Amino acid sequence: MSAQTPRPRLAVWKFASCDGCQLTLLDCEDELLGIAQELDIAYFLEATRAPIRGTYDLSLVEGSITTPHDAERIQDVRRRSRSLVTIGACATSGGVQALRNFADVKEYASIVYARPDYIHTLATSTPIADHVKVDFELRGCPIDKGRLIEVISAFLIGRKPVTPAHSVCLQCKLKGNVCVMVAHGTPCLGPVTHDGCGALCPSYDRGCYGCFGPMETPNAPSLSGWLARLGMDERDLQRVYRTFNANAEPFRTESQRHGK
Amino acid sequence: MGEGASAAAIIDETGLQALLDALRARGFSLLGPTLRDGAIVYDEIDGVADLPRGCGDEQDGGHYRVTPRGDDALFGYAVGPQSWKRFLHPPVLRLWRARREGDDMRVETDPETSEKYAFIGARSCELHAIAIQDRVLIGGEHVDPHYRARREGVFVVALNCGVAGGACFCASMNTGPKATFGYDLALTELIGDGRHEFLVEIGTEAGGGLLGALPHRGASASEIAAAQAVVEHTAATMGREMQPDVAALLARNLEHPRWDEVATRCLACTNCTMVCPTCFCTSVEDTSDLEGRESARARRWDSCFTLDFSYIHGGSVRSSAKSRYRQWMTHKLSTWHDQFGTTGCVGCGRCIVWCPVAIDITEEARAIAESEAKGGER
Repeated sequence: MSAQTPRPRLAVWKFASCDGCQLTLLDCEDELLGIAQELDIAYFLEATRAPIRGTYDLSLVEGSITTPHDAERIQDVRRRSRSLVTIGACATSGGVQALRNFADVKEYASIVYARPDYIHTLATSTPIADHVKVDFELRGCPIDKGRLIEVISAFLIGRKPVTPAHSVCLQCKLKGNVCVMVAHGTPCLGPVTHDGCGALCPSYDRGCYGCFGPMETPNAPSLSGWLARLGMDERDLQRVYRTFNANAEPFRTESQRHGK
Repeated sequence: MGEGASAAAIIDETGLQALLDALRARGFSLLGPTLRDGAIVYDEIDGVADLPRGCGDEQDGGHYRVTPRGDDALFGYAVGPQSWKRFLHPPVLRLWRARREGDDMRVETDPETSEKYAFIGARSCELHAIAIQDRVLIGGEHVDPHYRARREGVFVVALNCGVAGGACFCASMNTGPKATFGYDLALTELIGDGRHEFLVEIGTEAGGGLLGALPHRGASASEIAAAQAVVEHTAATMGREMQPDVAALLARNLEHPRWDEVATRCLACTNCTMVCPTCFCTSVEDTSDLEGRESARARRWDSCFTLDFSYIHGGSVRSSAKSRYRQWMTHKLSTWHDQFGTTGCVGCGRCIVWCPVAIDITEEARAIAESEAKGGER
């Protein structure tokens, strides 16, 4: 913790989200001291109270844009940030709250709230990159701790982070997992989903839920055809793509092809 | 190699256990088929008890199930999801790391393994695949020291296949089902009519020496004929067949419309390349720690189906699924000959079974051949 060279200043921002991805930073435990040693954690409400002040070298942004106020606030965050990295499915695709994009917000607000006129919300939930320039997107719901440390380490030394955009299948095969779809008939989104979780669900005999969003060149229509053969009906096919990354292309388009 | 049937012997289950014990006593780690997560995988085994007794399998495009055979066979199934590539050419391998020491930097390379493996139950197609990887990884000017270290000490107990899988096509690739080279000992399982024994053929001096130390007896002419009948039956019941002269067929059909058609189905998920016993491509990943004190380079399996794999300055060379599938299939069956002097496909059928959407390399070749025969698109 040398006093001579100022450490890069880190800020962690929250928009519409569940806080799980920010929490991943606190979950770093063993590495947290190292992070605090290399970075000045200057703004991070989940860990410590400090006013917004000046500019930040690295901003980690969690959450999606769902209100007019947040749509303005993200512009301020961008102005204050040298590098802006979005973390998690909300920030990178709109999150589970992007299910509103397929519905009429006014209609359900009138059912849910006693005074819907108090609710100032946008008709859609959108990723940060729809509003400002984003330097790097870290996928996941939630993000993977190891990948977060990798992104921070890469930022500190000025290199490209190792977060390949290939399918979850590649990771399954590296680990030696038996394919749950081929060997058990379990529907799995692994072939169209971005790696980064360490193939967590298939390692525990579950199909992939697509938490990390679409891989680099997803072919969802082809996979859907096979999922239907495994017994998923039209409603299931619509829902399987409408979870944490419902708004991410091509999950959005693929979900709209089904359920009619 | 595979020296005359005159040297053939017969062992029973006790003899097989004695063989495994003898290999262990000689310092080998035993790797063989075992049942895990609903599939027959290659993993460490202790003895005969770890083999998938009584298991058969049901294999087709995108479909694999382990099924009961109703007998005590120990090798009554076709190849599973993994090949021996996993052990000779591991999925992830750290190559070196570098540490900052004051103003200096120290680079430490990771040592090659000193472990000796015995492969129990390697099939003929797999021995062909190992020979292909030998040529690629240690047969040329640039030798992969990690592969060499793992490969050199391997003791191979081959198995002449007693059943053909639904996606097997080694007979049409001339790569099986009987092991003809690359083994120390080769087994043929003889089961039925109240008997359960193994015919053993000797491939090397080391194999012969080991057999001599086991309880065994000479094989009779009828037992040798029975073993021959086992592989003949397997050869006659292959689930799939590759087109003859496929190398030339593909070479003259690089713009065939079938490539567009298969691209609508291909997920570019990389499964076919991961399960292929000859695919050898890797990429390297460099990482550094938070403090910038240590960095490391690791090698991991990569695939011609990822965008990164063909990324050069300006972008990915093969951006469409069509170009990636065509690259993989034509390399495997056609340009491999130009590059390495053999086919890159051994007919094991794994790419068919483990493709989540059942794309079938033999069917793709057939579709192109049939359209040619009809005088269609060339």
